[in-house]
Amino acid sequence: MKVSEIAKLLNAKILTGEDLLDLEIRNACGSDMMSDVLAYVKNQAMLLTGLVNPQVIRTAEMMDMHCVVFVRGKQPDESIINLAREKNMVVMMTERRMFSACGILYANGLGEAETEQ
Amino acid sequence: MNNNLRLHYEIDGDDFVVAGEASSNVKKILKKAGFSPEVIRKVAVAMYEGEINMVIYAHGGTADVEVSDEKIVMVLKDSGPGIPDVELAMKEGWSTAPESVRALGFGAGMGLPNMKKYTDEMTIDTEVGKGTTVRMVVYVKG
Repeated sequence: MKVSEIAKLLNAKILTGEDLLDLEIRNACGSDMMSDVLAYVKNQAMLLTGLVNPQVIRTAEMMDMHCVVFVRGKQPDESIINLAREKNMVVMMTERRMFSACGILYANGLGEAETEQ
Repeated sequence: MNNNLRLHYEIDGDDFVVAGEASSNVKKILKKAGFSPEVIRKVAVAMYEGEINMVIYAHGGTADVEVSDEKIVMVLKDSGPGIPDVELAMKEGWSTAPESVRALGFGAGMGLPNMKKYTDEMTIDTEVGKGTTVRMVVYVKG
């Protein structure tokens, strides 16, 4: 599923990475605990989170993720967006809550991130 | 790589925003040096968790990374409170983190277990009231 399609399904606003809309995303994970993301997600994926701080972008960076979606209408500040831009990531925000955002993407064929255990 | 590479970082303990910058830098250098994505991720995640720990619990510290063709050695040293019971601290889900740390997305008791999981060797040298030194090794296979 392309980033552009994800943005459309979630009615999300793209905050940075407009040049990466054609990027193909195959799977995603949703979590507010960054250590859980670092522990279990194995392959490249997209992160949906309700947590808003720069460590979300750092975590995505360490896991080679290219796309971060902030849910529940949470607005990341400029420093977070700039950090993501520096790392060549797409960042978007949606008014959807975590459960429905994940549900919509899952129902439309986006897979679960492969995990180690 | 013919020569060993030695990297040194001062980890600022008061700035949660810049936490992870050293790990990010190491990741970039390893990528440039041509290491496999798997090796790079193992090093990046282990060091990142260590860096976060140092910022959250120990007011920062130092990170020394030695890179060679065979292995990557990370030594994270702090002068923080030390770990009273290392065995307990290694248990997944066990945490002493206050709610303020959990609100930042960490402190779920996964830091040290993650560091062990992503490295081939890990030793913890700690003394309560003096500080902690964690040494981690990732071997470059194939």
